Order: sequence, then C-alpha cells, then structure tokens
Amino acid sequence: MVNVIKIAARNLRRYQRRTLLTSALIALGVVAVLLFISITGSFKQMMVGQITDAMIGHLQVHRNGYLAAIDNLPLNRNLNRKQVAKVKQILGETAEIESFSMRIKLGAMFSNFTETTNIRLNTVIPEQEVKTVPLLIDRIIQGEKEESLLKKGQILIPELLAKGMKVNVGDSIVLVANNKDGSVNGQTFTVSGVLEGITGPGGRDGMIHLDDARQLLRINDVEVSEIAIRLKNMGDLPGVFSGLKAALESIRDKNDRPVFELHTWEKLSPFYNIAKMIDLMTLFIKIMLVAVVLVSITNVMIMAVYERINEIGTIAAIGTLPRRIMALFVVEGFLLGVVGTAVGTVISLISIAAINAAGLTFDFGRQSNLVLAPTIGAGDVITIVLIVIGIAVAASVQPAFKAARMDPITALRHV
Amino acid sequence: MSLVVAKNLEKTYRLGDILVTAIRDVNFTIEPASFVSFVGPSGSGKSTLLNMIGCLDPPTMGSLRVAGRDIVRMDRQQAARFRGEHIGFVFQDFNLIPILTVFENVEYPLLMVQNWPAPARKKRVGELLEAVGMGDQGNKYPRQISGGQKQRVAVARALVTNAGLVLADEPTANLDGETANRIIHLMKKMRDAFNTTFVFSTHDPKIMRDAEIVFTLEDGKLLKRRNDEGGAHG
Repeated sequence: MVNVIKIAARNLRRYQRRTLLTSALIALGVVAVLLFISITGSFKQMMVGQITDAMIGHLQVHRNGYLAAIDNLPLNRNLNRKQVAKVKQILGETAEIESFSMRIKLGAMFSNFTETTNIRLNTVIPEQEVKTVPLLIDRIIQGEKEESLLKKGQILIPELLAKGMKVNVGDSIVLVANNKDGSVNGQTFTVSGVLEGITGPGGRDGMIHLDDARQLLRINDVEVSEIAIRLKNMGDLPGVFSGLKAALESIRDKNDRPVFELHTWEKLSPFYNIAKMIDLMTLFIKIMLVAVVLVSITNVMIMAVYERINEIGTIAAIGTLPRRIMALFVVEGFLLGVVGTAVGTVISLISIAAINAAGLTFDFGRQSNLVLAPTIGAGDVITIVLIVIGIAVAASVQPAFKAARMDPITALRHV
Repeated sequence: MSLVVAKNLEKTYRLGDILVTAIRDVNFTIEPASFVSFVGPSGSGKSTLLNMIGCLDPPTMGSLRVAGRDIVRMDRQQAARFRGEHIGFVFQDFNLIPILTVFENVEYPLLMVQNWPAPARKKRVGELLEAVGMGDQGNKYPRQISGGQKQRVAVARALVTNAGLVLADEPTANLDGETANRIIHLMKKMRDAFNTTFVFSTHDPKIMRDAEIVFTLEDGKLLKRRNDEGGAHG
C-alpha cells in the first residue's frame, strides 16, 4: 500500500498546477464550512446560553395546560402543594439535575405614584433562582449585583419600564394584582435594580420574592406556576427529558389526563427556530462542500485517467491487477482530499484564532457589543475532515473503476 | 516441452456490421530460449498474434498454450496474473512510466506485480540495469535519456521478473538503424544470458535477418517458417 501511495503522490506532483488548484478549491470549501460552523455555532451557543442561563433554564414543569394559556399568566393553573411535592420528589431522584427553581408568574399594575402601567412578574426564591439561571445576576444593569439577587420587599424592574416610567434604583413603587378569586391587593416595593431585557419569553419581566407574591396574591398554601430546571450537563437534555417526561406523565388526574407538562427550552423559546435555521444553513453549506469536492475530484480524476490511458495500458499489460490499478487512482483522490482538508483545516483554525484575537463585536436584537468568539469542537473538525476525505475517495471510485476495467490493447493503442 | 503451442488459431473482429478475420487457422510452436520474429506487411496480423500470445486478446477459435497453460479461457484477473508471472513486454513506444526513474521503471513489476522484498528488488534491478548497459543511469527519468536507452530500460523491465517469454511488438520501429541493431543484439544477448524466449514482430528486413526463426504472415495466414539455417516451412 505504501508503494501505491508513493506512486499516487508522484502522479499528483506530475500535474502540479491542477493538483494545487483542486486542493485549493477543497481547502476553500473546508475553510468556508469550518468558519461558518464556528461562527454560527458560537452565536447559537451564546444565545442558547443566554436564554437558558439567564431566564428559562433547561427544562420547565407546569401544570398541564398552563403553557397554552401562558400569555394570560393564569393563576388558576398553578401547581398545588401536593403536586409540587410530587415534582420535587421526582426531580430529587434525578441525578443529572443541578438545581431547580420554583416560580409564580403573574400580571400586575405597576405605579410610580404618578403613572400606572402593567407589568409581568416572575416571582422567585432567590437562592434557587440564582442556582438555576446563573447569568440572571449579569442582567442587572443598575443596582447591586448581589448573590442574594433580591430581598423581600424589593423588586427588579425591566429596563424598558424603568426608562418609560422614569423609575430609578431606590424608588418606591406600588404593585396591584388580582388573585385567582378576583380580589385586588396592593403592596409597596423598593426598586433594587434594573434588569436588562433579553429576547424570549420572560425576557422583559420584573422580579419579586416568592413570599411577597404569596402575600400580594393572598396565597396561604404552596402554589407554583412553573418549576425551572438546570442540568449539570446540557448534553444530557434529551435523556433527562424523556426520563422526566415518563415519570411525570405517569401521574394522572381523575379523568386519566396527565397532571403535569414538561418542556425543554427549545419548546419554550422562539430562538429555537433560529437555532434550527442555523443548523439547516450549516447542513446546506456542508452539502455545498460535498458538491464542490465531488465535482472537482471527479473532474480531476476523469482527466487523470484520460491523460494516462496509454500508461494504464502499459501497467495492465505487464501484469498489474485491476484492483491495484483502481487503488492507484482511488489513492490519488484520497491524497487530494487529505491535502485539501489539511490545508483548509489549518487555515480555518488560524482564522478562528485571529477572529478571537481581534475581538469583533456584533449586535443581536436589543443587545449590542456582543463579542464574536467563534470556537470549533474537535468533533466538528473530524466530521468535516472525514466527510471531505470520504467524498474525495467516493468521487475517485468511478474514474478508478474505469481505469481498472480498461482493455489493455485499446489503452496501449491510445495516443 | 514447447513454450508456445498454437493450434488452429483464429481471431475475428467485428467492425460495425462487418466481421474481419485478423488471424486464420494459424498453427505454430515456439521452443524455450528461442529468438523468434513474426514478419509481414502492415495489417498482416503480427500484432494480433503477439497480443494473443501475451494474454491480452483471447482467440476467437483454436487453442493456445503458453508455458504449459491453456490461456484461451482465462478471465481478466487470471490473464493479468499470468502475464505478471510469465511474460515480459517491450513496446514500440518504449512505454516507460514518466514519473518513475529508470531504476523505478525496472523495479515496477517486482514492486506492483510480484511484491518482491526491497533488498531482493534492489539487487535484481541492479543486475538487469548492468546487463542492458544502463547501470549508471538508474536515477535518470525517461525524459532525460535517448530512445535507444529507453528501449534498453524496457528490455530490462521485461526481463526483471524472470519471465520465460518476452514479447516485443515492433521494438525498433521508433529507433534509427544503428540503435535498432543494437537493441536486437541486446535482446539476443539477454536471451543467451537468461535463457528467455524473445518473440518480436517487425517489418524491417535488416532486423528480421537477426531472428533465428521467422514466421511470415500475410492476411492473417502463416505463410512460412524460416529457421536460421535458412530452411523454410510452408
């Protein structure tokens, strides 16, 4: 085999310009794909990270039917004490779970004593919330970024509301809310901070302590709208989701309907569609790369066979077995793929390092100056390398087969 | 035992709708270590006959045994193996592989056909290059040597595998008279040195004189056989 590789390499050197051009084309394709994967991948990862770590968590448990009515923040679809206890027990038995956070979500009237507007509130137990969505503290753009997040009697208000209502940290405001029985109650809070708004559900909600919510809504027992869950490793999401789903769906009400519903961040965030589109674009780019490699290698190998018909006749006549002749040409294609991929991968990795060193920034939605930090996993690089080399070999098979099947006499007569 | 035995050999080609008979009812034998030439005008069937003996083209009818093997019903794979083991080729256009040096061209059959180990290959190729007078040209590429030298290398390549039979189709056609003579004498010398049978085709009267056995072909028929003693057999 070493000899076949040596001869194939020499044949590539024989047509230096063509070999260089084809390798350059393959390298260019590899660079385009790896850069695209690294840039879109890091963009996707950053956005997903922002969404899951600053707001949604990886998974959420609700009472069945809550999500369909989430725009109204229905209090009558909260989980009760018994249901909460059951979920806590199931979550406690799942080793892959890092933490979970119980929330009551509600709508209220927000008054700064001169103006009134509506506000959506996410009410949390700060210690649980900070563990479950660790980037939440980073969203505090005014006020103290404390580990405790907020204390009872304090409120974190969304950025837009703070600007619109001209409310600053330390100001007093009043929240007025209806409980599920329809009675109205009001309570004064001190603004402890301003939360940066982010894309997605709950990204522009205010935040108060869960105990304050229970007082405002006159809830005497345990009640929770949603339980956000954080996993130790996001890669475990599919497995944990199916395990939890099975466990939760086994709990049925008297009409034999599931009591709970479980959703991943993908179902909860509209960004998932963008992420899917990015994946789809990546797939198209990969298909284009495959096409580039396939066409260029096939073209080169067809030319190589055509130009060496007489030579093929000679080596066939002196007893070279057809499979060895085939191997000579397949190895040529393989080497072209290897050279193009190696050069493309090196250029890509250097480019990725250069982009990171340059610290390029971009804007996404309302967020600006996000630093472009492309990264590429070894898995992606290996996948692309294997695809390109595999296609290079596949593209050589037909011309190589033609060479191996060539009639020696016809080939020897070829001028 | 004869090296080549041909009985009632016939070869027919289809050219469009027409059947062309290139070889008609040809019978001959070739003994080991002989120096044989097939002569005749263009289109007489010399190359077709050599191709059949060389397992490159199966006869349409008749029987053909080479080195004791019936080669008529061999498939491509078997024919390639047989050629690699028993037959060497010398071509009119030399047909050296341009990306390989002189040494590597001679080494090629040992490397890619017979899988010899490196030390034995090196020794054998060295011997053959010395024998054909190209011992000091091993590192040159075919483009760097003359036509006569190329044909010397081709002779070395044909002999390197210890083939019992070397087929040379018009080996001197692209060489000047003096070089052609030298090549024929080299082939004869190699026959003496290695006991290899050389069978070549030519239409050059000066070259055919050097053959010890001459088969004359015309229109696909074997007209006569002349031994070096001058005897001719119809």
